[in-house]
Amino acid sequence: MKKKLLKYNFKEQTNAAPLAVFRLFFGLMMFASIIRFWANGWIEKLYLAPEFHFSYYGFEWIKPLGNYTYLLFLICGLAAIFVAIGFKYRIAIITFFLSFTYIELMDKTTYLNHYYFISILSFLMIFLPANATFSVDNFINKKQYKNVPKWTIDSIKLLLAIVYFYAGLAKLNSDWLLRAQPLKIWLPSKYDLPFIGENLLQQNWFHFAMSWSGMLYDLAIPFLLLYKRTRFLAFLVVIFFHVFTRVLFPIGMFPYIMIVSALIFFDAKLHLKIIHFIKKYILKGNLKTTIFSNRIAANTNIKSVENYNFSRNKRKIFVPIFTLFFAIQLLLPWRYLLYPGELFWTEEGYRFSWRVMLMEKAGSTNFKIKNLETGNYFMVNNSDFLTSFQEKQMSFQPDFILEYAHFLGDHFTKQGHKNVAVFAESYVALNGRLSTRFVNNTVDLYKIKRTFKHKEWIVPFQSEIKIKGI
Amino acid sequence: MFKKISILFLSVSIFVGCNSSEEPEPTVTDNFDRQAMLTNITDNIILPAYEDFSTKMNALKSDGTTFASTPTLTNLENLRTSWLVAYKSWQHIEMFNLGKAEELEYSFYMNIYPLTVSDVENNIATGSYDLNSSNNHDAQGFPALDYLLFGVADSDTAILAKYESTPNGNNYAKYLLDVLSQMNTLTEQVVLDFKSNRDSFVTSTANTATSNVNKLINDYIFYYEKGLRAGKFGIPAGIFSSTPLPEKVEGYYSKIYSKDLALEALSAVKIIFKGDSNTTSFAQYLEALNRGDLASSIKNQFELANTQINTLNVNFSEQVNTDNSAMLKSYDELQKAVILLKLDMLQALNVSVDYRDSDGD
Repeated sequence: MKKKLLKYNFKEQTNAAPLAVFRLFFGLMMFASIIRFWANGWIEKLYLAPEFHFSYYGFEWIKPLGNYTYLLFLICGLAAIFVAIGFKYRIAIITFFLSFTYIELMDKTTYLNHYYFISILSFLMIFLPANATFSVDNFINKKQYKNVPKWTIDSIKLLLAIVYFYAGLAKLNSDWLLRAQPLKIWLPSKYDLPFIGENLLQQNWFHFAMSWSGMLYDLAIPFLLLYKRTRFLAFLVVIFFHVFTRVLFPIGMFPYIMIVSALIFFDAKLHLKIIHFIKKYILKGNLKTTIFSNRIAANTNIKSVENYNFSRNKRKIFVPIFTLFFAIQLLLPWRYLLYPGELFWTEEGYRFSWRVMLMEKAGSTNFKIKNLETGNYFMVNNSDFLTSFQEKQMSFQPDFILEYAHFLGDHFTKQGHKNVAVFAESYVALNGRLSTRFVNNTVDLYKIKRTFKHKEWIVPFQSEIKIKGI
Repeated sequence: MFKKISILFLSVSIFVGCNSSEEPEPTVTDNFDRQAMLTNITDNIILPAYEDFSTKMNALKSDGTTFASTPTLTNLENLRTSWLVAYKSWQHIEMFNLGKAEELEYSFYMNIYPLTVSDVENNIATGSYDLNSSNNHDAQGFPALDYLLFGVADSDTAILAKYESTPNGNNYAKYLLDVLSQMNTLTEQVVLDFKSNRDSFVTSTANTATSNVNKLINDYIFYYEKGLRAGKFGIPAGIFSSTPLPEKVEGYYSKIYSKDLALEALSAVKIIFKGDSNTTSFAQYLEALNRGDLASSIKNQFELANTQINTLNVNFSEQVNTDNSAMLKSYDELQKAVILLKLDMLQALNVSVDYRDSDGD
């Protein structure tokens, strides 16, 4: 394996079509996602309605922009379209990356692994010549490239492989494999699905079969897609798997994004066919009379260049960035090993690690505002400050609890309360275990600083049903 | 080799899911009948409770009419008795914020306390008021009757004096009648609507935020948390404020019924949860999901709360003033069941709730 990697030929060129098709579909998917997000009223609901927002540590300065948040989404959507058609590609993808990432950083309540995936993928794409062919930029620059360095396409494959493989590794634990949790909770509750709801989804063996096959799927699918002889079958499995999970769970656009992304594993032949199809039936058919199409007709003066090569300067910058990027991707999911305690319980090192749909966790967390001098106290009504969605997320995630405790402390101090201390009455239930106390209720959270260090004030995981595994 | 392994992986991952198990395992269909549960709760709990309340509300209104026309001490005593009887019955239906009750905000017109006495007195003095206005939520219903029958003056004689007729009629009597007739009219509408929709009601068992089975579960927990735990105990005991608020108990003016009413409400909550040989309910649902441990924890916790409440003064307001720690203990026992219901039970049932209106991953 190592030898192979070492032997990897960074000079090798390959047809640029897969990258162009990937760019097109990625842009369109992102545009559709933005539209869907907007149309569902989620900008208002998730970013404008709440009076308090949960921030990532170090990114407290990133907040929703009031009504300008709509403008931000507009910019993000336009950038996605520009990426799709390959118009001013480099600027478009940088704009997309920045605006999308800004949106995700505004409130971590909405954190989803696949949003993180989009952020890092768009970051990666900044450095790829995805507009080498089949792009508007070709007309502007009067230049198109037949081939691009093979590693540019392989880098996307590598990222996808990391996502799947790490998602598979995360499933190698006793709750997932030996207790079929959380599927044992989720599947039976889909009893109202037609055909399978009232029988298949209720079966014990089915919960185990789904858990195990989900794990095997995640671990194996990158290799099956890489290997030519299994590729087509693997792609069918990709479609089946993602469509099936889409039916079962509210996971939005993610399944479609993954299905389309998996196309990158195919040979250029398929992508050339797709481009040909689009040129023949969509562009020619609709745009015959437009200026745009006239330019296509008169495009004989576009110079076709055989190979796209990165300039020496670009290489000097890009190579270390790529190395660092993938090193981080490979190492970040393991950072949880630096923390004591049960990962699923403390969630220290849980995010950004492809732990997807891995647990059913819920909490009930209420705060006591106490005057340390008089001993007088009162409980806070969470709904005075948080939306129900925020309250739900806050209730079982320690970093949320701490941040909110500080917000409450500041709020009541500002209101004129004296000697404010903030204590949490917090209970959490994980994967069908009875709830137990989550936060040490004798610790004044207002005095605890936000850091990346282990949170001593979390009551250690007490259940007798331990979680073993990676 | 690689090919073989990959084919093995593939076949496992695809076909394991689709194949029916080869081991001789009994075929289980959905092992809990939610429609049976909903039907049982509807027919054996909700409908009888509505019937019962409807009858008692009628009696209350007619005793009110008698008293308003003939304000004697006997009639006052009769009215007070039927007020208490109806108020206790009300504790069994307040949690059902379903159908017409939800649409009309029924409970807001029936039992918002503390009462705003100044609003009531102002309404009575001016004689012009709109009881349908949300501004008058806290000037009507059982709390208003509590005031009008027990608290409007210091002694029974003085209370009776308030209702003595004058040449222009009597404003207190008129207000009493208006409040009663508002309560009765709303009750009739709600009960009638529920009865006529009974058949469609019991079939709405999907796992969506708007299905009746989920709304019932959510309403139940909401009532337990806000109506019972916070309203009857937490708020007067000062859990949510810097100081205790003894004037915010239910039945503040009659003084001696706040404990009765609270125990009645807890028993209503227990009846719904437990079910029995006739009524499958939440407990049986949890048992069907192999969470008998949780069902018995919840039942135990209800009993612990019940025992603790039984130690309290019949007058919660006095309890808060003399020994609030006992009140706080009751709150704590009730709160423990909130965790079990809201966290553990909702997780076990995986009930869809409205805020799940965004993507997961």
